[in-house]
Amino acid sequence: MSLNYDQAIEKYEPTLGLEVHVELNTKSKMFCGCATEFGAQPNTQTCPVCLGLPGALPVVNKKAIESSILIGLALNCSIAPFSRFARKNYFYPDMPKNFQTSQYDEPICINGFLDVEVETDEGMKTFRIEIERVHMEEDTGKSLHVGGSTGRIHGAEYSLLDYNRAGIPLVEIVTKIVPGTGKYAPLVARGYVAALRDILRGLKVSDVKMEQGSLRCDVNLSLSKTGSGKLGTRSETKNVNSLRSVERAVTGEVIRQANRLESGERIVQETRHFLEESGETRPGRSKEQAEDYRYFPEPDLVPVVPDAKWIEELRKSLPEKPSDRRARLQTAWGVPDKEMAAMINAELLDTVEETVLLGADPTKARSWWLGEISRIANDRAVLPTELISVKDVAQVIALIASGELTDKLARQVVEGVIAGEGNPADVISKRGLKVVSDDSQLMKAIEDAIAAQPETAERVRGGNVPAAGALIGAVMKATGGQADAAKVRELLLKHLGQ
Amino acid sequence: MSIRDNASVMAAALNNKEISAVELTNQHYEQIAAVDKDVHAFLYLDKEGALAQAKEVDKKRAAGEKLSPLAGVPIALKDVMTQKGVPTTCGSKILEGWKPPYDSTVVSKLKDAGVIILGKTNMDEFAMGSSTENSAYGPTHNPWDLTRIPGGSGGGSSASLAAFEAPLAIGTDTGGSIRQPAAVTGTVGVKPTYGGVSRYGLVAFSSSLDQAGPCARTVLDTALLHQVIAGFDPKDSTSINQAVPDLVAAAKKLDIKGMKIGVVKQLAGDGYQKGVENKFNEAVAELVKLGAEIVEVSCPNFEYALAAYYLIAPSECSSNLAKFDSMRFGLRVGDDGTKGAEEVMNLTRQAGFGREVKRRIILGTYALSSGYYDAYYGSAQKVRTLIKQDFDAAFTKCDVLVSPTAPTTAFKIGEKSNDPLAMYLNDIATIPVNMAGIGGMSLPCGLAEEDNLPVGFQIMSPAMKDDRMYLVGGALEAALISKWGKPILDFAPKLAGSK
Repeated sequence: MSLNYDQAIEKYEPTLGLEVHVELNTKSKMFCGCATEFGAQPNTQTCPVCLGLPGALPVVNKKAIESSILIGLALNCSIAPFSRFARKNYFYPDMPKNFQTSQYDEPICINGFLDVEVETDEGMKTFRIEIERVHMEEDTGKSLHVGGSTGRIHGAEYSLLDYNRAGIPLVEIVTKIVPGTGKYAPLVARGYVAALRDILRGLKVSDVKMEQGSLRCDVNLSLSKTGSGKLGTRSETKNVNSLRSVERAVTGEVIRQANRLESGERIVQETRHFLEESGETRPGRSKEQAEDYRYFPEPDLVPVVPDAKWIEELRKSLPEKPSDRRARLQTAWGVPDKEMAAMINAELLDTVEETVLLGADPTKARSWWLGEISRIANDRAVLPTELISVKDVAQVIALIASGELTDKLARQVVEGVIAGEGNPADVISKRGLKVVSDDSQLMKAIEDAIAAQPETAERVRGGNVPAAGALIGAVMKATGGQADAAKVRELLLKHLGQ
Repeated sequence: MSIRDNASVMAAALNNKEISAVELTNQHYEQIAAVDKDVHAFLYLDKEGALAQAKEVDKKRAAGEKLSPLAGVPIALKDVMTQKGVPTTCGSKILEGWKPPYDSTVVSKLKDAGVIILGKTNMDEFAMGSSTENSAYGPTHNPWDLTRIPGGSGGGSSASLAAFEAPLAIGTDTGGSIRQPAAVTGTVGVKPTYGGVSRYGLVAFSSSLDQAGPCARTVLDTALLHQVIAGFDPKDSTSINQAVPDLVAAAKKLDIKGMKIGVVKQLAGDGYQKGVENKFNEAVAELVKLGAEIVEVSCPNFEYALAAYYLIAPSECSSNLAKFDSMRFGLRVGDDGTKGAEEVMNLTRQAGFGREVKRRIILGTYALSSGYYDAYYGSAQKVRTLIKQDFDAAFTKCDVLVSPTAPTTAFKIGEKSNDPLAMYLNDIATIPVNMAGIGGMSLPCGLAEEDNLPVGFQIMSPAMKDDRMYLVGGALEAALISKWGKPILDFAPKLAGSK
């Protein structure tokens, strides 16, 4: 028999460890002046330095140091007054020098933390994730294995190498071990990566696009028998490239490891690859024979000794913390917890805020983005912001507020904008979607309705106000839905002496 | 004017339009054609490039443009420096046929100064050796005696000077590769302060020790060249952002009255050839005559310098040489469509590297391995600090330090090639300078009585005080030449076919 997640988590206690690689968005590479733009023709953004040609020497990109310090400060780390680069030696065709210039025992930031809010059975709970280190390194090139069925190096007919990525600045953020998450381990892991991503986005140091690989997560996980207090052997799952995958990878590893342990097998210390389709992991390199990277201080670079004054300036320049910002917006907008969480989970907080900043009512902005627009976006499997601009949504909301559009008409306008008929004004004029606000025109329709339903009109005159609904409906029908229902109601009641 | 003249004399003749750069360049190629079949100083001649450069200099001079002092003077370049489009082998099969797509900073500076680059000189593979016997392209022969080694690793550069194939040369010095070849060929060579000359484009052997420097037949010529190639380079993070002292003025001053000169106790005695010690002591006596004060200094940690060097240099080399994997440049072996990348890398490195290079890669890989790092690399770095402290203490008592450059004169080709330890001992007096990152010069101080071969005199100066070694070297050279009646190379036998 095999255990499912709930059964597994009852018997075993998970311990997490998360390593996140972030590609910085500096204009040039870590150690040379080459461009870093994503998606350029292969091997067009290279030079003797990032190709590791004989004789070439690295020079540190100051902007990358600045970004790393900012990240450290935002994660409550100490910034090392003296840190050094080190060489991590191993052979691989996409690594030009056959060593990676990284940091080893003297990283730039150490000992920080990040608080992660997770919804538990007892409400929102904060998990403090301790950060061990933040260090700088360079990315490798990319291998493309051609031929064979797996796309892996084994069985490939040949491999192509693209060194455009080689030397792109990376920051690696490593947590200390995270115990005590219990069954919430998948949510804590996901919440941590999401919170980290928000911080990095706020700092504007990275594009943090998981799908493009500018933020990559490795999940370390081990299980111990509940109550034993003894750490188990860990696996390291690589290639976890979305928030959802982080959550699934943790769940999947808990189940896999628990079932192995249940059947008396041991956990092998190894690198595993996350499989997007199944949510499972498959084994990669075994780490049983521990790799010896022969780290030693990089002799081609001088130590990084950031000026204390500079660090203080950077500290002062830190943007508002994402958690503070959320609290502030929630209060200002008067949003209940649940809806706030919905907005964050849908990753629409920024979009809603931008819409509000353009004058829209927060409640309306939220309901448009999370309602109608998200619904269409889900159907088409695109992001809401890819369908319609913040500006157009704000405009539609403004037209509703001024009475020029009804909610019903507004939906048609949004539909038209999404269909590519132009901006809201274009759609309104092309489709003729103007609210009928001319009183005389409305009065005519009201009089017609009264003439058609004299008994109903009489009941309203007699004080039965709810009966007016039938007359309003008739007026709306007569005007093809383009009248403002509130206005019709107001005119009708007045006309009938109410 | 002849090719036996000094670079400064050639520069003056060019400036006075007594000779054109093209003529001077051609004269050197004629000499190379005549003697290099015996000497084998060069691995590659870039006649076309050199003559184009010379024409350009002549044109500028004719147009009355202001030129750098060495414009039009030819130079030989150690084959470890990249020059755009010109094969660079580092004396190794693994780089055979590789043409770098870029100029090293030293080459850029030479080109900017109008110095004519004749070609690339032979060297021990990846600068690992003291005899140039480790070149994959055959040894270089010492012009004083073709059966002897010209020193190493820069034996090609020093031999080209002694054979009058070039009046100037570029060398690189990791543990003595400029100074020891200068010593055994009767020429002058300077290892500048670490960071004084850019390493950009110098194919690394041991990054924390490597330093490019000038080689010539006189102290003044060396200073003129040093001034051209020195200075801060933003492409080399370890380059020093400070003004270079006026080395040419120092070389010309010839006045060392009152200077304090320290003789290092530990760099004498056991292992030093009698004739070497005698010539060294005679030169020290000359310094006294010139008004200098001699102080004996003790540097007790120099004893460990060689051992520490042979941990640090191989460790760094094991990493620096990892890039030679056949993927992007150079030799590729075994790529027959049936083998994987890793196997091709292995086969290439097996075929492409020579014995000494492999020995050092293995040594370094071992020394950096987990569990051994602290005992080997870590301890060696501590020794390095102690050596620096020895120098610091010594320099509080004197302005420069002196010693013999090498313990012996040039030995026979093949004599030590099967005994790496004996070979390593050649650098016992030069290595401390690299370990401390300070400046060192070797200039000839006479012929040893046992074998009539040149002896080198080493002058060591504190970091960024390179002018001091030129000051002392210039004065000593003038005194010795006046004592001998002629420059030391005039005592060398004439090579067959030589002009």
